[in-house]
Amino acid sequence: MNAVTSPASAALQASRISKHARRKRVNAIALTLSLGAMAFGVFWLIWILFETVRLGVGGMSLALFTQMTPPPQAETGGLANAIFGSVTMVSLATLLGTPIGILAGIYLAEYGQKTWLGSVTRFINDILLSAPSIVIGLFIYSVVVARMKTFSGFAGVLALALIVIPVVIRTTENMLTLIPNALREAAYALGTPKWKVIMTVTLKSARAGVITGILLALARIAGETAPLLFTALSNQFWTSDLSSPMASLPVTIFKFAMSPYENWQKLAWAGVFLITMGVLVLNILARTLFHNKH
Amino acid sequence: MDTKVNLPVTEKPKLSVRNLNFYYSNFHALKNINLDIPENKVTAFIGPSGCGKSTLLRTFNRMFELYPEQRAEGEILLDGDNILTSKDDVSLIRAKVGMVFQKPTPFPMSIYDNIAFGVKLFETLPRVEMDERVEWALKKAALWTEVKDKLNQSGSGLSGGQQQRLCIARGIAIKPEVLLLDEPCSALDPISTGKIEELIHELKNDYTVVIVTHNMQQAARCSDYTAYMYLGDLIEFGPTSDLFMKPKKKDTEDYITGRFG
Repeated sequence: MNAVTSPASAALQASRISKHARRKRVNAIALTLSLGAMAFGVFWLIWILFETVRLGVGGMSLALFTQMTPPPQAETGGLANAIFGSVTMVSLATLLGTPIGILAGIYLAEYGQKTWLGSVTRFINDILLSAPSIVIGLFIYSVVVARMKTFSGFAGVLALALIVIPVVIRTTENMLTLIPNALREAAYALGTPKWKVIMTVTLKSARAGVITGILLALARIAGETAPLLFTALSNQFWTSDLSSPMASLPVTIFKFAMSPYENWQKLAWAGVFLITMGVLVLNILARTLFHNKH
Repeated sequence: MDTKVNLPVTEKPKLSVRNLNFYYSNFHALKNINLDIPENKVTAFIGPSGCGKSTLLRTFNRMFELYPEQRAEGEILLDGDNILTSKDDVSLIRAKVGMVFQKPTPFPMSIYDNIAFGVKLFETLPRVEMDERVEWALKKAALWTEVKDKLNQSGSGLSGGQQQRLCIARGIAIKPEVLLLDEPCSALDPISTGKIEELIHELKNDYTVVIVTHNMQQAARCSDYTAYMYLGDLIEFGPTSDLFMKPKKKDTEDYITGRFG
């Protein structure tokens, strides 16, 4: 009998053992390397979170939410106007950007998938997606702020919306493309018109992913400073008037953290803590609330 | 190859295919098909993978139109009207010609709404009548007793076999005249397959059923007429018992006896 006809020969057995031992060694090396890489990343992440909490949590007080940003070296003061400005501009930008993003995403995935217009739109959207946010800020500055001759909350909303739109377009398109064609065909087979197939079957199946994308876009603009610097600027006082300059957390943090005044620096850390926690909560929401349904 | 297939059907045809050619871009997938599908009977399409049997089925409800690179030439007459050139909206044709697919495709909604969805497209029914229609369809699809206490739960929570019967119920709820089944059992276990085959038997009292299957025993068990296709040609068509017991063509005999395919 030769080795081919008797598979359990001693030589084959030895070869199996040595190959297996090699696989185990390679596995151990790869595992160590990836664990090391993970530890390196997590180390800095935890340090950032730790510093944020250490320096920011002390600033938590009721006054933070009720009082305006103070002048330098004042005894009291809070971030009420900045918090309000951020919440207002971020929500309006999301409200403005989400429908546009979803509709454009639907076009790319369901109508223009292989068309010339679709490819061009997808390409431009990819550029927009990776455009530095300061470029978007300067763009809105030149087309809105420079013409209206005033910094305004409205301009800030537009700049943030321009960041939301490509993110939502991309996630909506990706999530819709993941829906198997069999599901679409099943809906068409009943005689369902195309718009209804999209609204009630495909978009509904992709709902969790699309909402996650919106929340992630929201989390991203909550921390954006650059696009607001040239658009909404900042405001030391409370304003709910979108046509005037408006305070926001990131710009206030930027201004306060760079200052030599201790009370401003303390408020900057409190603002950093607020944004970090807000973004953390949004991310956790995005991950748990909508993923658990499937 | 001789594409002239005798049309043995003496019964009233529901669907008549005349000189049908089908193309995927440049690939000629169906070659001059002529075929009559009798009313209230089960007709099976068999043949090796890639022979065009699913392609032929998907011309009967113009499903291929979803893909711009696919086109059909020729005539498909439904009760004498050519559906390929019909002025009716394709939705109205699909309301008459229902389809069930290989993999179960429950919609992301409750079991009740899965059935009501299609009905609502064409009819406005008061709640009570809609309830009756849903119950009727689920009973027809032999699913009612298993789901009657959880109609508000999601359709995707059902087992594969139940999901497929849900899709059949959804298809018959809009009361089509023809039901196209594209390998409806290929993703199912033998017990679910058995249930669906019984169901097919039931359905032919009210519907014209056309089934594509890879499983020759299934074709033999549940069809009245069988068409054997190979490489885009219709090789032989006739009563199922004739085709399996005394095939006229050597190719057919080789395939059904397992010497080929």
